Amino acid sequence: MSDHILIVGASLAGLRAAEAVRGAGFAGRLTIVGEEPCAPYDRPPLSKQVLSGWVEAAQTELPALRPVDADWMLGMRATGLDLVARRVRLSDGSRIGFDRLLVATGARARRWPVAAEARLDGVTVLRTRDDAAALRVRLAARPERVVVVGGGFTGCEVASACIDLGAPVTVIEALEAPLLSALGATVGRYAAAIQRAKGVDLRTGVTVTALEDDGAGRLARVRLSDGQAVETALAVVCLGAAPNVEWLGGSGLAGSPRGLHCDSAGRALDAAGRPVDGIFAAGDVVRMDHPAFPGPPLRTEHWASACEQAAVAGANIARPGEPARRIAALPGFWSMQFGACLKLVGAPERADRTALLHGSVESGRFVVGYGQAGRLVAAAAVDHTHWLPFYEAQIEAGAAFPPTFARVDPPAAAWDFAP
Amino acid sequence: MTDVAAEPRVDTLMQRVLDADNRHDPYPLYARIRSRPVFREPDGSYVVCGYAEVSALLRDPRLSADPVNSPAPVGPGFSFLNMDPPQHDRLRRMTMRHFGPPNDPGRVEAMRPHLLTMTTSLIDALKGRDEIDLVADVAYPLPVTVVADLLGVPREDEPKFHVWAEAIVQAADRDPRDRRPSEGIQNALVGLGGYMMGLIEARRSAPRDDMLSRLVHDDGPDGAMNPAELTTTAILLLLAGHETTVNLIANGMLTLLRMPDMMRRLREEPGIEIPMVEELLRYEPPVHMTFRSTLADVEAGGVTIPARSAVRLLIACANRDPARFEDAERFIPDRPNNQHLGFGSGIHACFGAPLARLEGQIVLRELARRLVAPRLVDDPPPYRINPALRGPRSLRVQIEGVVD
Ligand SMILES: Cc1cc2nc3c(=O)[nH]c(=O)nc-3n(C[C@H](O)[C@H](O)[C@H](O)COP(=O)(O)OP(=O)(O)OC[C@H]3O[C@@H](n4cnc5c(N)ncnc54)[C@H](O)[C@@H]3O)c2cc1C
Ligand code: HEM
Repeated sequence: MSDHILIVGASLAGLRAAEAVRGAGFAGRLTIVGEEPCAPYDRPPLSKQVLSGWVEAAQTELPALRPVDADWMLGMRATGLDLVARRVRLSDGSRIGFDRLLVATGARARRWPVAAEARLDGVTVLRTRDDAAALRVRLAARPERVVVVGGGFTGCEVASACIDLGAPVTVIEALEAPLLSALGATVGRYAAAIQRAKGVDLRTGVTVTALEDDGAGRLARVRLSDGQAVETALAVVCLGAAPNVEWLGGSGLAGSPRGLHCDSAGRALDAAGRPVDGIFAAGDVVRMDHPAFPGPPLRTEHWASACEQAAVAGANIARPGEPARRIAALPGFWSMQFGACLKLVGAPERADRTALLHGSVESGRFVVGYGQAGRLVAAAAVDHTHWLPFYEAQIEAGAAFPPTFARVDPPAAAWDFAP
Repeated sequence: MTDVAAEPRVDTLMQRVLDADNRHDPYPLYARIRSRPVFREPDGSYVVCGYAEVSALLRDPRLSADPVNSPAPVGPGFSFLNMDPPQHDRLRRMTMRHFGPPNDPGRVEAMRPHLLTMTTSLIDALKGRDEIDLVADVAYPLPVTVVADLLGVPREDEPKFHVWAEAIVQAADRDPRDRRPSEGIQNALVGLGGYMMGLIEARRSAPRDDMLSRLVHDDGPDGAMNPAELTTTAILLLLAGHETTVNLIANGMLTLLRMPDMMRRLREEPGIEIPMVEELLRYEPPVHMTFRSTLADVEAGGVTIPARSAVRLLIACANRDPARFEDAERFIPDRPNNQHLGFGSGIHACFGAPLARLEGQIVLRELARRLVAPRLVDDPPPYRINPALRGPRSLRVQIEGVVD
């Protein structure tokens, strides 16, 4: 009898899922299909050590945690899924059958929406190793100015690398502060202050309206909604990532531009919200139900979440008869920028209020709490990460928000925001 | 027939832990009190002994290390060991800058040759003797000299500060239930403080390549410490840096002398000293307990500890919690995933851990390698009274020689 597990997507989630499949004792056939031609590599260093030149883009290969006996089909894209025939269509026109399928196709960088402008020389995104290598070359050539379009995590890290390299950099953020949409007003206020202090030309509350060329196919300037323009030959478009779900179109899975909906055991759901037999998913491609956060599923796009989801989905796909494992860890994220370490635990997207819990924004060391309907749902720390394990336990215990207990290291001022 | 009523209540078991008669082996008592991971003592203070609970409370911002917050306040904390953030963080940061990454990453590793030279000369001095005291001959002098060199206390002043350090150690070595202020400790602190102030002033005008000079001349993001902060920090490093390490070496040798097979492995397996020292820090930790006060009601182990309670965190008991460590009562030198609490955890986690580890690894390996046929003279050896900094007062060992 055939027993064939197919994993589509050969990056962090795909690799860790494959390891979990073998770790759970699966002895059948295992195939991994990945669009990128190289062995799985790690993305977090791409916007940090690789840009600043500490690590070569080629040295970011992910370490294997255990041997994975699998057929690797790299440089091959999945283009369609037939759930009835249990087959995946591939970019070379061939088809590959499976008994069970694990979707780990992650996400891709959102490009500048005007295609002709996005194609200009000097307009780039940052998602892959090749993106990072090319950007590194341009940054090392001492550009007169770099424009970062979008002040999210990746945008802020790119700007930080520019400052490290002494490259003048402008960050354009549509909201009033960088990181505001992900982490709320306190962290946003901090991020704006530190960027300005470090010399970033930060423009907030404005959007980019056009990327203009020099008449020879190269970027010349970035036009802004406030009527101003910034002369530059290099723009890094950091407008977030879109889940790679298109190839699942028409398959009957609950995929949408916001991701593939899964339950907390990593089982892919159909449009009616029922698990589809033998189909699992993990990583940046999914929106997953989280046991700690009832309500709509979360799309976390965090490294640690991808690892946990892959471990859970991989174990479950390997042992179909057994009770399903479920994700348990809270979502968690870290970032390094402008010499500071930023860490997050929980689901700040659920918050209706935030409150400063420790330290002060002025000192650059603080913890912010996020509350939803009187419950703590997330905590973020800047250079003050030692309290996060405590707040992680508090979130898991459903602690009240804002916390009123007396504590050491109280906030320097009682900051309160509705994000 | 078992008589349930005859089992003493856990709170009286805790009193027996503190009792000097049980200092040589508190572990059977620990095993019994662990049945309740958190409990209240008759005096209203709380004992925490489960691994999960101790490790959580060491990271809990509702607990204060500053004695001003204790139910019976005895004045503010002396050094950053007994301070809360933000003062604690600032002083610790300013000190850490000169002791490790990211500002000074190679500092401890650079001490390796020096540590080996000192160890070698201490062991060389044992040649020709057939009975030694490992505490007085090795475990005590090594860490004192190391931390003095690190700070920049001149060798020729050692006899002077030994007297104070000894007095502080002696004064601390008494029954913790004895709450009378100790004159010995006060006098010694004043003496040592005056001496340190003098040294600090000397380094201010003529800096040398030592930690005191770097602290005095700091130009880091937090600015400079004032003279009082410099003095108390220097004294903290001096004391925290040796009382504990003495016990690591002495407890370590005692454990190995009791388990010849382990002594043999340390002699024969290169690299085993690294995980073995971690296992010693779990199995026989130099610091058995530490103290905090609650600022708010804190729920732990199914018990609500009310605000303003004194809390005793039993590190040594948590380190043998079978819920966390497989075969917790067994010494397993290459134990995987050994996240012991021997150096504490959270914001007060031991500052000197990298140095203490290196000292322990070098000394224990050299002793195991060089002492010929070592045999314990008395087992158990006499112990110091102090139940928190627990270790032998002396450790007499017969040897048949010393190899090079
Ligand atoms: C620059 C950068 C910095 C980051 N920094 C951090 C950080 O500091 N902290 C943090 O927590 N997270 C960070 N992340 C996020 C983290 O890297 C992601 O969460 C993680 O990569 C998700 O792994 P994944 O395998 O699910 O998806 P991806 O890494 O996106 O991998 C998906 C793989 O599937 C392939 N694929 C896509 N479609 C198909 C198809 N149809 N057929 C075959 N293969 C396909 C893709 O080519 C890709 O190789 C960062 C991400 C980036 C881009
Ligand atoms: C084996 C040897 C050692 C052990 C077992 C040990 C253990 C500990 C423990 C358990 C704590 C935490 C106390 C608490 O939470 O209340 C601590 C703190 C501390 N240790 Fe050590 N220690 C050792 C060696 C050293 C050395 C060599 C130094 C200095 C060079 C040192 C300096 C300190 C300091 C400064 C603190 C206070 C940290 C703070 O409050 O932030 N220790 N140690």
